Order: sequence, then C-alpha cells, then structure tokens
Amino acid sequence: MRSISHRLPLALAAVVAVALSACGGDEPPVADAVETYADGVHASYAASLESATAMDVAIDAFLADPTEATLDAAKQAWLDARDDYGLTEAFRFYGGPIDDEEDGPEGLINAWPMDEAYVDYVEGAPDAGIVNDPETYPTIDAELLVSLNEAGGETNISTGWHAIEFLLWGQDLNDDGPGDRPVSDYVDAPNADRRATYLATTSDLLLTHLQSMVDAWDPEAEGNYRAEFLALDPDVAMTNIITGIGELSRGELAGERMNVAYSERSQEDEHSCFSDNTTNDIIANASGIRMVLTGEYPGVTDGTSVLDAIAAADEDLADELSAQVDASVAAVSDIPAPFDAHLRDGVPDSDPGRASVLTGIEALEAQTPTIVSAAEALDLTINVS
Amino acid sequence: MTRTRSRSRAAAATAAVAALAASVAGCGGDDLPELEPALGGDTTREVTGRNAFGFAAPTLTNEERRTFEIGDSFFTQNWVTAPASTTDRDGLGPTFNAQACSSCHLLDGRGTPASTGNGALGLLLRLSLPGENQQGGPVPDPVYGDQLQDRSINGVPAEGEVVITYEDITGEYADGTPYTLRAPTYRIESLAFGPLTDGVMISPRLAPQVIGVGLLEAIPEADIVAAADPDDADGDGISGRPNRVWNPRTQQAELGRFGWKANAPTVEAQAAGAFSGDIGITSPLHPASTCTEAQAECAAAPNGDGPDGEPEVDESRLGSVTFYNRTLAVPAMRDTDDRDVRAGAAAFEGLGCATCHTPSHTTGPLDDVGIEALADQTVFPYTDLLLHDMGEGLADGRPDFEASGTEWRTPPLWGIGLIPDVNGERFLLHDGRARTIEEAILWHGGEAEAAKEAFRTADADVRAAVVAFLEAL
Repeated sequence: MRSISHRLPLALAAVVAVALSACGGDEPPVADAVETYADGVHASYAASLESATAMDVAIDAFLADPTEATLDAAKQAWLDARDDYGLTEAFRFYGGPIDDEEDGPEGLINAWPMDEAYVDYVEGAPDAGIVNDPETYPTIDAELLVSLNEAGGETNISTGWHAIEFLLWGQDLNDDGPGDRPVSDYVDAPNADRRATYLATTSDLLLTHLQSMVDAWDPEAEGNYRAEFLALDPDVAMTNIITGIGELSRGELAGERMNVAYSERSQEDEHSCFSDNTTNDIIANASGIRMVLTGEYPGVTDGTSVLDAIAAADEDLADELSAQVDASVAAVSDIPAPFDAHLRDGVPDSDPGRASVLTGIEALEAQTPTIVSAAEALDLTINVS
Repeated sequence: MTRTRSRSRAAAATAAVAALAASVAGCGGDDLPELEPALGGDTTREVTGRNAFGFAAPTLTNEERRTFEIGDSFFTQNWVTAPASTTDRDGLGPTFNAQACSSCHLLDGRGTPASTGNGALGLLLRLSLPGENQQGGPVPDPVYGDQLQDRSINGVPAEGEVVITYEDITGEYADGTPYTLRAPTYRIESLAFGPLTDGVMISPRLAPQVIGVGLLEAIPEADIVAAADPDDADGDGISGRPNRVWNPRTQQAELGRFGWKANAPTVEAQAAGAFSGDIGITSPLHPASTCTEAQAECAAAPNGDGPDGEPEVDESRLGSVTFYNRTLAVPAMRDTDDRDVRAGAAAFEGLGCATCHTPSHTTGPLDDVGIEALADQTVFPYTDLLLHDMGEGLADGRPDFEASGTEWRTPPLWGIGLIPDVNGERFLLHDGRARTIEEAILWHGGEAEAAKEAFRTADADVRAAVVAFLEAL
C-alpha cells in the first residue's frame, strides 16, 4: 500500500484521499504496520544473534586461555549481548515462536530464577550441581541440558542467559558488587574441565535457540512463522503485537521484574543478580516497548509503525502514548545501578535511588491503560494483566 | 436412601427430560432460562485462550494489583535449591512433587495425571493410616508422611515413583451409543525407604484450575451449611454434608471448602499446605520440613530458612500468594444466547445435576470478606461445597477429616469449558481419569446415580445440550 501510493500521480492520490475521507476517514494502515513489525522482529533477533555470537567467541577464547583479561572480555561480551536480547522481549506474550506452547525456547533462553546449586557449587554446598556430579552426569552436552529442562512443569533452570551469567560471575554474595568467580574455577579447581564444558555447551545452545528465532522470522524463508503471521487477519496480528507490549509493560516489567523486588526488598530478587546488570535489563525491556511502537528496530528505521496506525485512528492518543513511552524509558534509565542497592533493608522509600525505582514502575503502569486504549482505537480488544 | 425413593427420583427425572427433549427440538416459544455471563460477578473478565485463567479481577485497586503481582511471582516462578543467591526463592524440597505452584496449576489451570518422570505434572498421592490425628485429620505414614513426594533435589532420594495404569470399561447410553471409561490403578514403585506401612490408604489428587476460590471462600458459611441435609431428611436421595477441618491459622476446626474432599478451610490453608506438601517450602503455618526421621539425607540437606529460622515463605509472601489465588478473574460464560446452551442449562437442572452443582451463591459483605472486589457478588460456581457419596467407582477409600472414603466435595464447574484452551487437554474428576465432560458425568454414582442415569438414558440431543452448556461455562 505504502509504496504504491507513493508512485501514484499526485492528482490521483488527491482523488483517492478525498474518496477515503468521504468514507469517514482514512483506514489505519494496520497491515503495513504489521509488516514493519515482522521485519523489525527479524532484525532484532538477528542483532541479538550477532552479539550473542560475539559473546560465544569471547567465551571460547576465555576457555582456551583462562585469565582475568579473557574472563573480563567474556563478561563484557555477555553484558553487550544482553541489551540486544532485552529488546526482543517485547515480542513475547502472545504465543509467538519465542513462547510457542510446543517448542518455544523462552524457558531455555531466559528463565529465572537460576537454580544455582543444580548447576554448580554454591556457598555452603561445595560439591553441589551437575558440574560436580560426574557419577550421575558423566557427559555434559546439549542433549543433557535440554533434557533436564523438560517442558511443562518439570523445568530446572540450568540453561540460557542466567546460567551463562552464573558460570561467568558466580554467586553475588557481596553487597557492593557483582559476583566474583575466580578464574581458577576454570583452571585447577575441582571439575574445572566439566565447568568449562558446561559453559561452552550452554553458550552454544543459546546461539541455537536464537538462530531458531531468526529463522522463524526470516523474510527470505517460506513456510515459517513470519509467513503465518503475515497471513493472519492484520487485526489479529496487531492484537498480538499490542498484547505483547501491553503485557510486558505492566504485568511483567513493572510487576514481576520491578515491583516484586521493590516491594519485597529481596536484595537478589532481580533478574541479572550475578552480574548486577538488572538496570540495563529493565532499560532494554522498556526500550523494546517503545521500539515496537515507533518501528525503530536495529537496522530498520522506516516503514509504517504501530504508532502511525494508532495515529490514523486517534492522533491525540498516539501523541499521548508516544510521550508516555518516552517518559517510561527516561524514568527507568534514571535508576542508578546496581539495582539491588535499592532493595536493601533500611533503605528508606525517600532514598533517591529507591524512589527512582518506584517512579519507573509508575511510569510503566501509567502507559499500560493507554496501550489498551490504543488497541481499542483500532477496534481491537486486548487483555493484559 | 431406599430403592423406592431412587426409582421415583428416576421417574421424575425421566418426565423432566421428556419435556426438555421437546424444548430442545425447538418447536414453539422460548421458555428457556436466561443465562448470566458474569459467572464471577464483577470479578469476571471476558477472556478465552491460553491465559484465560491467569488475569486479575478487573476491580482490584492499583495497590491490590501490585499485591496480586507479588503473589503471581511466587506462585509462578520455580523454587530453587538452597542455598541460592535468590535467597527468597530457595529451599525447594528436599523432596517435592513440583517446583512451583504453576508446575501443576500450569497457567493457573489444571494438572495432568501422569506417572513419575513422564514429563507432565499435576497429580499426587496422599497417604495415611486408619484413624485420626489430634486434629481429626488423617494419620500420616511414619516413614513416607502424608503425601508421596516423587521428586527431590540432587543428593537426596525421592520417596518413590507413581505408576498409573488404566483399564478400559465399556458401556452404552440407552440409545445404544457406546462409550469407554478408563479406570485407573495407582502403584508406588522404587520406594526409597522400604515398603509402605501395612494398611496404608492412598488417595490420588489432581490440581484443579484456581479461578474463583476467593469467591467460594466469601460465600457465608451459614448459606453452605443451610443446604446440608446429612440424614436426607427431604428424601431426595441427596445428603450433602459439610466437612469440618483443621485451620492451622486459627488452630481450630472450621468448615472445609477447598480440596477434593473439602479438607482445607481457607485459601490460605490450602496454599500453605501445598507449599509444604507439594514443593517442600516452609511457611508460618507449616514451619517444619516434611522429612521424616527415616529420611536422613532429606533431613540433612540445606534449607532456605532465614538466618533466624524464618520460614522459606514468610507471612507477607504467603499473604500475597493467597491474595493472588483469591483474586484471579473468573472468565465470562460464552454463548449465553445460544439456544443449545440455554436448553442445556434447563436440562442440567431437569436431570438433577443442579441439586449439588448449585448454580448461584451470593458472597458476604466487605466486613466478612476483607476484599472489596469479592464482597456482595452474585456468582455462579455450580457447587454446594458439600460432601456427597459418589459411589464405589470413584471412592478412594481414604477418609479425610469428616469426609468418608466414598465422599467427595462437589467441585465448582466455572471454567470447565476453557480447560482445553488453557491446558490443551481436559482431565476431569479428582484424579483426572475422565477425558471428556461426558466421561466425568458417567463416572458419577452414589447420590448422583439417578442424575447420571437420567443423563445416560436421555436423548442424544439433550446430552449434547448439557455438554454445550458446560462447554460454555
């Protein structure tokens, strides 16, 4: 639609415009926005795969030559890659490929909390975990790790971002910084070789799963999820898109990931507790919501956006939503790291850092009814927590 | 209950069904019942699909919604092995059936009956010896406790494995249409601490969908007890009895409302009991671990208690999880204008189902209920919350407080039509043996024998209408 209308002679375009407005206003360009979204999802997963691959390379370099310098490089690569993945969480919560009931890899990629003692030693349990149990688990490979994360209720969280994070940083046992796993864990500590195998395996597995998301949304492929998604009634596809960001906005991000930690003052009840990277996780999630609305994905910056479609139905509402998501991204960006400093017992609610968490929660909460209203403006109904 | 009475009841039901058959056939005027879609009153949400059981009641305040989110988090996320960096989420087991409430109540829905290690979760086995404990409840097995925990953390043996097998039972409707039911047998294998005590009684229990429990809790006790008829004084063959069960919070016996035998008085007691028995998580109501003396590795394993012995889930989080359970929205009924659905509602009544599956209740005032969203609501759970003898076919033979070995509590029916949306398959009754609504009805016996027979002998279109009605709930 969009590219064709650009090629129309001006006069004809004017006639079309008049005809459309005579029918009671322009139809919101929902189908175009859906297509932009599909392109953007692919580009976002491709960017995530790229930075995760760089992390995998850094992890391999660390394991080949374990030193403080190579460990630091691997950690930095994890931090860099984490931002790209965080954006893609805006594509969740509607049963898309990431959350697919049968084979969605979300639980293997990003589940939380991490069952540390299931994987490796922890303070007070020096022999714990698969790493230190060669008798039960003689071979550590991808097959084993996937089988231990069976679908349904029987999940043991032992793969994905937080498993890698735990194996790089170790437990976060101090108040003032992230975990401090010694390099010797990968040199001469008990089961150092098995730990290295575990880390390399779970990093490879993450790439496999991210590749499956790239493939699912690949515009060049046939018969994949993208093809199905674009074949949906655009209204259904748009309902899914808006449901995803609506659910992430309040129930998941403001609720599960921020309010629970804030209200419960549970110092390590934060997602990237080993690396103290939680503030960046939150910023990435909030930015992902804005990205879906504005259509400004990694490497994809033009195309009809979801906000364009909303504006065609209700310009004021689109403006309000745009301002609110800018405000929420700004609010969560103002939360000082580390996140766990704001959760400690004794930190008063008036503490500027702690207060900034609540401001972020409230900003995300405030934009959620507007997201619901935006769907209604497009004659869609969404249900979010 | 005499044979004569039972016959006359069947005759009455047959007459009602004949009238209904005419009405389903659709000639003439419409005297079918009007159906209210808002099954949960103002807590109702118009939702279907995979997350249909997982939304908050729309009438919560902002502050209440935040409490709901905290409860959601501790209900949904896995508990992990202690010690962990996430100190508020560790203490799993050492023996357990599931790692989170949501393992069995997947998406706040219903469990799957599966043998240990089969990949699906949602059914557990209760154990007890004859007699009563000091609170009037079941006497646990001295070695295995009152529940078989078939999973464990690394380094600790699980108690044993549940093996479920099914045998087909065939029958037919009065019109000759055949049906097949499956009768389960439960075996416990790989027992880690030697054989079970002689005479141990085993009761399988499936995790039901969670929706609406706060509303059921809010129904005034007097209304429930008023419907009881323990000696069948009215001669209708139905003798609903209230259970009286121990409340660990108040330390006294109270009306039982929750669980398949109404053995929990409150949502809080149910949740705290499940934390302890199913996940191995201690709470203020169950501060001790479930490891028995015979289970040395279990007793020696690290726990997730706080530095001063605080339980693994504290008072505030238990409160949040309880609040979450109480305030999940009940999904709206679908297709309330559909003629078959409305005819099915009439048939449900006419066949006698509604005698125990009481359609409607009104919840108590705010002062009694404590949560504004749950107060003064007209709701449609289709239960009387009373115990009924359901016959030998369903009997577990294991008394539970005042519930006998053949009695079960009438389960609520709201959401029954959405179980396939949420959980893919639909396993009904206390142990999930029924794979369809028809099978569940056909398993009814005892006090429900006449209603079951009325269904079995009804015309196919009447049966279909009843199912259409239940599918719309």
